[in-house]
Amino acid sequence: MTFTIPIDNGDALKNAETDSQRTLYPYVTGTSIVAIKYKDGVLMASDMGGSYGSTLRYKNIERVKAIGKHSLLGASGEISDFQEILRYLDELVLNDNMWDDGNSLGPKEVHNYLTRVMYNRRNKFNPLWNTLVLGGVKNGQSYLGMVSMIGVSFEDNHVATGFGNHLARPILRDEWHADLSFEDGVKLLEKCMRVLLYRDRSAINKLQIAKITEEGVTVSQPYSLKTFWEFQAFHNPTAGAQGSW
Amino acid sequence: MDLLKVNWGRRKHSLFYYLFLASKQLFPLDLYLFSPNPFRFDQPSSSSRLFDFGRMSQAGVDVPAKGGFSFDLCKRNDMLIQKGLKAPSFLKTGTTIVGLIFKDGVILGADTRATEGPIVADKNCEKIHYMAPNIYCCGAGTAADTEAVTDMVSSQLRLHRYQTGRDSRVITALTLLKKHLFSYQGHVSAALVLGGVDITGPHLHTIYPHGSTDTLPFATMGSGSLAAMSVFEAKYKEGLTRDEGIKLVAEAICSGIFNDLGSGSNVDICVITKGHKEYLRNYMEPNPRTYVSSKGYSFTKKTEVLRTKITPLMERVEITEVGEAMEE
Repeated sequence: MTFTIPIDNGDALKNAETDSQRTLYPYVTGTSIVAIKYKDGVLMASDMGGSYGSTLRYKNIERVKAIGKHSLLGASGEISDFQEILRYLDELVLNDNMWDDGNSLGPKEVHNYLTRVMYNRRNKFNPLWNTLVLGGVKNGQSYLGMVSMIGVSFEDNHVATGFGNHLARPILRDEWHADLSFEDGVKLLEKCMRVLLYRDRSAINKLQIAKITEEGVTVSQPYSLKTFWEFQAFHNPTAGAQGSW
Repeated sequence: MDLLKVNWGRRKHSLFYYLFLASKQLFPLDLYLFSPNPFRFDQPSSSSRLFDFGRMSQAGVDVPAKGGFSFDLCKRNDMLIQKGLKAPSFLKTGTTIVGLIFKDGVILGADTRATEGPIVADKNCEKIHYMAPNIYCCGAGTAADTEAVTDMVSSQLRLHRYQTGRDSRVITALTLLKKHLFSYQGHVSAALVLGGVDITGPHLHTIYPHGSTDTLPFATMGSGSLAAMSVFEAKYKEGLTRDEGIKLVAEAICSGIFNDLGSGSNVDICVITKGHKEYLRNYMEPNPRTYVSSKGYSFTKKTEVLRTKITPLMERVEITEVGEAMEE
C-alpha cells in the first residue's frame, strides 16, 4: 500500500526530495498481536518474526515491551517505527519519574499519548506505520486498547491487529468471557495463535505471551506451538483422482 | 430460476434477442437497422444490407464465428474507465461457504446473503447448487457466474450419466468446471466449494475463478472464509459424526455471518452420504426479525369509496393458435 498523494506540479526531482522525508511503505514488518483481558489483568501474545517483504528476515524480535510500571505495549507493522515509539515513551516515562511525586503513568494515559502521536503524524502525511496494542492494570482496573496508524483508537475486552482481526477476533468473540483464569486465557490465546500460524504466511512458530497484573509485567520465554498435519486427506490428496492435485 | 424458464420457453423470441445482442457486439450501432418483419423468410429486407435476418433465423442457432468470450470491447471499456466512467457493479454473493468431510460423507454449508455493493439484494438466496443427485456445489463470487456455471455443468453431467449409464463422479464435475473457468482466464468470477460422494468415496474440492483446484478435508471460500476457517482450524477433527459435523459447519457459517459484513441472514446446510442426501434449507435462522408490530398497519383517515368496478382480465385475452404448436 503506497501512501503517495499525487502532487501534480510537474517537478519530479523536488518531489523525490520531499517524498524521502515521509514514510511511503513499511520495510521490516511484524505480523499480528492478540490480546485479551482476563481475571487478574491483561494477556498479550505475539510471535517473534520480522519480515522483510516476503522474506522472514528476523526471528528474534520482541514486539511486546513493558512501559513504566503499569502498561504493556505490543506493536505490529514497521519495526523501526515501533523502536521510535519506544524512544518517545522512554522520554515520557523519564519525565514522569522526574516529578518524583509518587504517581505514575497508567495505561489510559499512555494510550491517550500514543493516540495523539499517531494521529498527528498521520495529519502530516508521515505516519508511524504501526498498529499498537496497549494493555495495563492500575488500581485494580484493567485496560486494553488499540491505536492504528491513522489514529483510530478504541478499547475493548479483546483486540487483535492485522490478520488477527480476521482470524482471531471471531474466535475471541465466541469464546471470551469475563473472569478468565490465567490458564484458560493462555489456552485461548494459543488457540488463536495456532490458527494464525496455519493461515498467516508471515507468522512463525515462535511466540511470547506477556502478562500484566497489579504486581507487574512478566514476559514469557519464547516457545513454539504443536501443530497437526496428520489428516488422512493430506496423506494422499489425489486418491480419488489420479493426476489432479 | 423460475423466471429463467419462462423466458427460455418462448424460444423464438429469445433467439431473436440473442442475435440482437450478438449484433450489438459485432457491429456499430448506427449502421444497424431493424428489419420490419424478421421472420419473413421469403423476402429479406432490402434496408438492412449488413444483416439478413431471414437467413439468420433459417440457419438455426448460428453462434458467432469465434467461440467463447469476445474481447472486442475491452479496449473501448479501458478507454472509458480512463476517461472516468465507473464500471457497473455486479450482484455479488459476498459470502461464507464451507465444506467438510466427516465419517460417512460430505457436509456443505452456506450463508444466504446476496449483496450489490453495500446493499443486501437478497436476504435469503440459495448458494448451494445442485449438480447431481450425489454432488452439490456452493458458489461464491458473482451470483450470475456461479448460477450459470453450475447449471451448465449440471446439465453436462446429466447427459454424461445418460451416456455412460453410471452415477456421476465428483472429479468429473471438478474437471468440467476447471476447464470452463480456466478458459475464461478468471473473468467468470466463480469461487466454488464442490462436494459429493461417489463410488470412490467422499470428496471435497475448492475451485478458484482462474481454474485452480484443491482437494481438502475442510474448505472455506468467500469474503467470510477467514472467519469460518479460524473455526475449522481450531475445531476440526477427523472422523466426525453427522451431528458433530453439522454443528461445526453451522458454527463456521455463523462465525462468517457475525464477523463478516458480506455474509448474513441464515445458514443452509447440505449433508451428502453414500446413496442419500439431505438439503437442510434454512437449517438455522440466527437473525430473526425481532420487532414486528403486533397491531399491523391501519390508516388513520378512512378513504371514501365512490364507485367499485371489477373487470376480470382473463376474459379479455383471446388466444388464437397460429402455425404449429410451440415445441418445448
